[in-house]
Amino acid sequence: MESTARDFNANVGHALADPNLQDSLGKLKLGFSERRRQAAERLPEFEALRDRARDIKNHALANLDFYLEEFERKVLALGGHVHWAPTAADARRIIGELCQGMGARTVAKSKSMVAEEIALNEHLEAIGIAPIETDLGEYIIQLRREPPSHIIAPAVHLTKDQVADTFLEHHAKLGFTKRLTERNDLVAEARHVLRQKFLDADVGLTGANFLVAETGSSMLITNEGNADLSNTLPRMHIVLASIEKVIPTLEDAAVLLRVLARSATGQESSAYTTLNTGPKRAGDLDGPEHYHVVILDNGRSAVLGTEMQEILRCIRCGACMNHCPVYGAIGGHAYGWVYPGPLGAVLTPQLIGVEEAGNLPNASTFCGRCESVCPVRIPLPKLMRHWREREFERHLTPTAVRQGLALWSFVARRPRLYRRLTGLANRVLALFGRAEGRYRTMPLAGGWTRFRDLPAPPAGGTFHAQWKKKRPA
Amino acid sequence: MSEAATTARAQILNGIRRSLRRGEISGAQRQAVEARLAEPPRGPVVARAQLAQPEKVALFCQWAETNNATVARVATSDVAGEVVSYLLRNNLPAEAAMAPSPQLADYDWAGQKMLSLRRGRGEAADQVSITGAFAGIAETGTLVMASGPEHPVTLNLLPDTHVVVVRESDIVSGYEDVWTRLRERYGKDCMPRTINTLTGPSRTGDIEQAMELGAHGPRRMHIVVVRTSSGHT
Repeated sequence: MESTARDFNANVGHALADPNLQDSLGKLKLGFSERRRQAAERLPEFEALRDRARDIKNHALANLDFYLEEFERKVLALGGHVHWAPTAADARRIIGELCQGMGARTVAKSKSMVAEEIALNEHLEAIGIAPIETDLGEYIIQLRREPPSHIIAPAVHLTKDQVADTFLEHHAKLGFTKRLTERNDLVAEARHVLRQKFLDADVGLTGANFLVAETGSSMLITNEGNADLSNTLPRMHIVLASIEKVIPTLEDAAVLLRVLARSATGQESSAYTTLNTGPKRAGDLDGPEHYHVVILDNGRSAVLGTEMQEILRCIRCGACMNHCPVYGAIGGHAYGWVYPGPLGAVLTPQLIGVEEAGNLPNASTFCGRCESVCPVRIPLPKLMRHWREREFERHLTPTAVRQGLALWSFVARRPRLYRRLTGLANRVLALFGRAEGRYRTMPLAGGWTRFRDLPAPPAGGTFHAQWKKKRPA
Repeated sequence: MSEAATTARAQILNGIRRSLRRGEISGAQRQAVEARLAEPPRGPVVARAQLAQPEKVALFCQWAETNNATVARVATSDVAGEVVSYLLRNNLPAEAAMAPSPQLADYDWAGQKMLSLRRGRGEAADQVSITGAFAGIAETGTLVMASGPEHPVTLNLLPDTHVVVVRESDIVSGYEDVWTRLRERYGKDCMPRTINTLTGPSRTGDIEQAMELGAHGPRRMHIVVVRTSSGHT
């Protein structure tokens, strides 16, 4: 996927001015995050499970090479194939050749963020193969030729009416000429249209939530069942997964499953959790004849052993974006690449470069809600702070910001000067009408006051001055 | 493996080792990791499913209904009758694709003259499927299906209505008990091609985050829980 992360500020402007997007984002707060809270409260062991989930992923990362080799050994023993792709281009080439080897015309795809990351659809189209997205949300945005705006709900930015218009536009030629108004009718129409495409597809391509080293299984979790049709009906099943998806055992998977669904959607369990191990067996009446796993690195191995390593624990539940006030205001597209929200603010600069995506880690108030809900306890604010430091070190920060920071740090290191200046500022602010408790306009702060009032400091002098007066002897 | 593929593999594995500032793991570290694989440690126990068998079955039924499945609890002799009655109650055709499983042969299908059965895999035109289950999970009301000649995966996915017959004695507390049973049945190194765990019918929240049933898999799931005398696994 082509990045627009560089244009983050302009993207944010468009997002804030889009009434449909703002309408959709308004529903996010009442949806996923409230349901997650209730699910966590229903399970007394939830916090202990989060600790264990963190420890399992740390253990897997510390022994990543061992578990990947073990996974490969098991897949080969059961008649499957494993392909290693150091870069996105390698993965695209491998998958393209596998599809061509089957003489494939269409590929049924189950939602995969890694496939978005490597721009797989564009590549398949370029070599004359039609990728068909089968997750409902992903199908909707494929018709609209938009990127996903959320990692588990790719069409979360759209309203029902927008979906209805899109279906009418694209399904009319298939005989569906009535504009639908009910959600269940929209779901039924998509089911009907996609069912035939599943049956006709030559290859099924899925991601993986986990790769289980113990058994050589890929694990997939969905509510719709689209991944299962993708990995059962076509003659070939290709799994595309990044290196950090490998976990040791089925017992570890059980722990991660318990935190994943609850963190993502507040469900006790998703509808479908599936383990696929190799191709169909002798005597099986269905299932793919060919099973291939493509393991992608794409810069992740370089993150191991660095201060950013903890981001590799991520299990892609989306809770950090569901709870982020910045994501809640601007949606996913503004982040400009595959992974939005706090996850994207940490991962995107890593994968496509801090020069391109250096602005994303700045889009945070460090309120800490993301870390407080992360099922594997990734300290997302700390990792964003690392990126801000690196951005500063590499002189990528805008001049005005650098000069402002330099001035502040000069003053902050001189306590007497600091106290004198803040005391002066406090008195000046009082002249602007503190009585109201806020300012509607303020010289040099037009960027702020154009959209909201600036809170006034309380009466009684600066914090330092008040502290001096009130401090017990 | 081609030379290029061997190089790519080495590039990733060596990259990982370089970042972790070590070579291939060996000695005590390797032994510890191998021992962990051989005897997988279980995570924190979920207390709500640690129950005697009758309560475990009740918890399974309760969660299955919460997940939008319907549940009937019957004796062995009434299984086939319940299935036909369910189909009639819901205005569904008395015609089904059934898993060719010896487990299902215990029930008196021949006694149901109205019911027309085809044994085999699921096909696009099937309205109803009838399968057994490898296990049921009480903690979440989840069914576990193991693929094989006796249980084609398509029966779990293609029909609009999925009727599942599960024995009380196959209902366990959590996932961990299922893994133990799988290893006992199939051996530690040979999982079936597909394990489907099903928690209610297919659904989607992709339009405005409101759950709608029947996205791609079955719209309806009916679970027939069969009383077993022993009550033990």
